[in-house]
Amino acid sequence: MEEKKDKFLAPENEVRQVSAPDGSIIEVDPLKDYFSQEKPEPYKVGSGPVENFLNWARAESLWVLGFGTGCGSIEIPPLVTPRFDMYRFGVQMRATPRQSNVFIISGYLAIKTLKRAIRAYEQMPSPKYIVALGSCTINGGMYYDSYNTINRLDQYLPVDAYIAGCMPRPEALLAGFAELKKLIKAGKGHKANEYVENLEWYKTNQKKIIKDWNMPDYNW
Amino acid sequence: MDYSITKFLWSLLGLFIILNWGMLMSSTMRRVGARLAGRIGVPMYQPWIDLAKLMALKTWLSHGVMYYIGPVFRLVGGVGMFLFMPIIFGSEIWSNYSFSGDLILLLYFQSFGMLGMAMGASDSSSPHASIGISRGLAQFAAVEVPMTLAVIAIAIQHQTFSFNSIMEAQQGGVLNWTIFTNPLASIAGMLAMLGAMSHSPFNLVKAPNEIPIGPPTEYHSSFLSVLRTNSAIIHVVEAALFMNLFFGGADTWLMYIVKTFFVYFISVFVGMVFPRMKVEDSVRWFLKWPTAVGIIAVLVAAYWK
Repeated sequence: MEEKKDKFLAPENEVRQVSAPDGSIIEVDPLKDYFSQEKPEPYKVGSGPVENFLNWARAESLWVLGFGTGCGSIEIPPLVTPRFDMYRFGVQMRATPRQSNVFIISGYLAIKTLKRAIRAYEQMPSPKYIVALGSCTINGGMYYDSYNTINRLDQYLPVDAYIAGCMPRPEALLAGFAELKKLIKAGKGHKANEYVENLEWYKTNQKKIIKDWNMPDYNW
Repeated sequence: MDYSITKFLWSLLGLFIILNWGMLMSSTMRRVGARLAGRIGVPMYQPWIDLAKLMALKTWLSHGVMYYIGPVFRLVGGVGMFLFMPIIFGSEIWSNYSFSGDLILLLYFQSFGMLGMAMGASDSSSPHASIGISRGLAQFAAVEVPMTLAVIAIAIQHQTFSFNSIMEAQQGGVLNWTIFTNPLASIAGMLAMLGAMSHSPFNLVKAPNEIPIGPPTEYHSSFLSVLRTNSAIIHVVEAALFMNLFFGGADTWLMYIVKTFFVYFISVFVGMVFPRMKVEDSVRWFLKWPTAVGIIAVLVAAYWK
């Protein structure tokens, strides 16, 4: 196991020795020294009229991470162009995970992409939501027996809303957003907390399938 | 100058009005752009919802002290520009803290926020932020040249660095506006305005689909809400700056709103027509035509007197 980890470790993440300005030799372990090892904690969910207002604000301002994972991402460009225009519903695209709170897993997820999806998801600030688009995220779809894609997304990341179909049309995606809004307004959009509370189970599942795990346990 | 608490409260009220006007203007312009593309666009109240949502987001991140202070510096730049410029010409309560050298201080505040943001962004340890801010500072330095030349030309023309005197000289009819009495300085200044507003074609620094968002790559939740508050304020204040310099200022709130809208609309209009420029191209462009016009404006202003 130890040997395998070394095999996939990126060169810049290897343990190495560097000389300090005063000539002393320091050992650097990038994964331990450059990344936070802290475990995340669930955030407090409020109550009362303030929380209701904030839930409404969260629902009416969905910022989607511009990260297409599979063939389903072809359904997103029509949403920002005149025919379907999702800006009407307060859904906007953002380019960085730090500023977005909706992650559309658009179609099949290759194991390589799963790793990036986990990294991006963990970097998003809570409360955050995942919309799973297409049959591939539910049961594998037409890739159910592929050696290289995952079959059930909710084993690896918490999913708020599923949109079934192969491919679902942009209208289906808009309906999915409407459904997500209903969930958030009803105060049920706290899957990010579920992920943190069951982090060990998710991490076991993730590490079972991602063999070249060369990142910290939680990507802050 | 009056430093009483009443004066402060009036300024605070002005800031509140300008913040809301800036947010309303930004959603209006986004709708204008959407209509041009054949879409409907965001609801008018979208900026307020975005702000509420951003403030409610949770964060556990820390990138160091400068990371926290960066957005505050940026906001101080915007609020400082607001505080030292008279809002309504000839009104005592809406004159803010303007004094005889306020134009110089304003030019300083314009770059103050940018520099604070540079420190904050480089502390956020994202390479995207560092590249973004270096491009932003390069472009901003190029924008400053024609803008300063235009301001110098106007200062020579009116022999003053005070907003009130410059606005006073432009009263009594449209033909007294600087845009007619000093067209060269106005051309240089208005071209520099396109860069200062950071709309297309000069919005490469902060465009979401270039290097992700540029300087604020790592900024999220309440940090981002501070930055968005500042951008709402600064768009109005920049428009007011050029309105005061070239379009005779405003003597009522209605005039203020109409004129800032149209000055801002000029930059949006140009942005809709022209595609985005590369940073090296925009730097070259600013140092070529607007600067040449600005130098001629200064020479004309100096020898015409």
